[in-house]
Amino acid sequence: MSEKVYKTGQDASWKELPKAGIIYEAGNAREFKTGDWRVKKPEYYADKCIQCLFCWAYCPESAIIVEDGKVVGIDYDHCKGCGICAVECPDRASAIQMVIE
Amino acid sequence: MAKRVSLSGNEAAAFAMKQIDPDVVAAYPITPSTEIPQYFSQFVANGEVNSEFVAVESEHSAMSACIGASAAGARTMTATSSQGLALMWEMLYIAASMRLPIVMTVANRALSGPINIHNDHSDSMGARDSGWIQLYSESAQEAYDNIIQAIRIAEDPRVSLPVMVCMDGFITSHALETLEVLEDEEVKKFIGEYNPDDFLLNADHPIAMGPLDLQSYYFEHKRQEQDAMDNAKQVILEIAEEYEKLTGRKYSHFEKYALDDADIAVVVLNSTAGTAKVVVDDLRSQGIKAGLLKPRTFRPIPGKEIFDALKNVKAVAVMDKADSFGAYGPLFTDIRNIMFDNKDIKIVNYIYGLGGRDVGTKDIEMVYNDLMDIVKTGKVYEVKKYLGVREKGGEEVWQL
Ligand code: SF4
Ligand code: SF4
Repeated sequence: MSEKVYKTGQDASWKELPKAGIIYEAGNAREFKTGDWRVKKPEYYADKCIQCLFCWAYCPESAIIVEDGKVVGIDYDHCKGCGICAVECPDRASAIQMVIE
Repeated sequence: MAKRVSLSGNEAAAFAMKQIDPDVVAAYPITPSTEIPQYFSQFVANGEVNSEFVAVESEHSAMSACIGASAAGARTMTATSSQGLALMWEMLYIAASMRLPIVMTVANRALSGPINIHNDHSDSMGARDSGWIQLYSESAQEAYDNIIQAIRIAEDPRVSLPVMVCMDGFITSHALETLEVLEDEEVKKFIGEYNPDDFLLNADHPIAMGPLDLQSYYFEHKRQEQDAMDNAKQVILEIAEEYEKLTGRKYSHFEKYALDDADIAVVVLNSTAGTAKVVVDDLRSQGIKAGLLKPRTFRPIPGKEIFDALKNVKAVAVMDKADSFGAYGPLFTDIRNIMFDNKDIKIVNYIYGLGGRDVGTKDIEMVYNDLMDIVKTGKVYEVKKYLGVREKGGEEVWQL
């Protein structure tokens, strides 16, 4: 593949933008902060957590921060507040609660 | 070495696809294009092609599978008609906006309702603005030639757009014709290998295709589609020239038949152009300067070239096998737009052959007669007329 010369951003003209909106940088969705869509926010209580990692597996935004195989918190820059983690967190733990921002 | 064979339009299309041997064909049967995927699936079953044939559950899925395959990096083809094309509608726009070089044969058929399976152009005319290149074919020979050229046009990096190759359902798709076909090797060499710049299965350069594209970018990407269409005008001619060297058959954006010194001319697509040529020959033998322009490229419309070809004609009849109710036929609208700056020319619109209503030489003679009247009197009484529709009923009246 030949090296592409293109520009992105809102000052790029139609001639400079990549064809058809192709995104050449893998993983740049991270730059799009979806956290401000949130109405309710998940609150994580480390003391109740049994480290089952359900929340991590179910979160559609990869917003559950895991270090060394353990949940350590929530990435509020990208968490959209969908509440899936709170529902999936086992009742006997209830380590995530949704609260109004 | 080229050889002569007898094939129907559908057989010719399937045979072209066999020689192209695309990576993926995803298709769903619909009259009158059914035979194309049917013949092609036989080629797959016989091991005569290496293609992956995806039998889907609808045309919406057919086009969706084509989009997925093409985005993945596969040379992709399909075929459809009428309601099938209508069901593909939203995916047509996605294919074009993702700039995927899918090639699809359309055996033109009326859109229901009322329910009808016969030929007119309301299906592909409705897809006019989808961003697909549209090539029209008078005969099985032209359909075959257009399909092979369409691969090159679609895949040219200056274009990178899907192409629809249209032929008349039944009239062309089911009629047996003698045509000249290329050797498999010649086709292979002409189309070359498909090496897209951007494709999803390229593990070295992971990309995302078809992302959300809101107010800040959508407009720019649509502008790019227009640019690709503009480029296609040149690319279509370049490839036609190369194809002529290989086959001796000349293609351009349109065919001019006795047009250069014509006073009156008809503009008509597909198989009816063949009927009109008979009338032109007849009129010419009587010393009447009649001509014909048969568009091949309808999208992008070659405006400048059509203007030049028609600029010395005094009266033109544009025949549309599709209607826009409350407006004019789609081909007429384009031709009159193109000729707007030429105030001396009179242009009228005939809607004809809807739902497969037969159009013979007598009907087309009437059109040329009307044009002669227009030239004589300098007056146009009716811009839009219906050719071959019953205006007056018979004697018997049904009492309900
Ligand atoms: S609320 Fe939704 S987005 Fe936020 S961390 Fe939980 S699952 Fe992820
Ligand atoms: S689902 Fe609940 S208990 Fe399980 S890891 Fe997440 S927060 Fe901890």
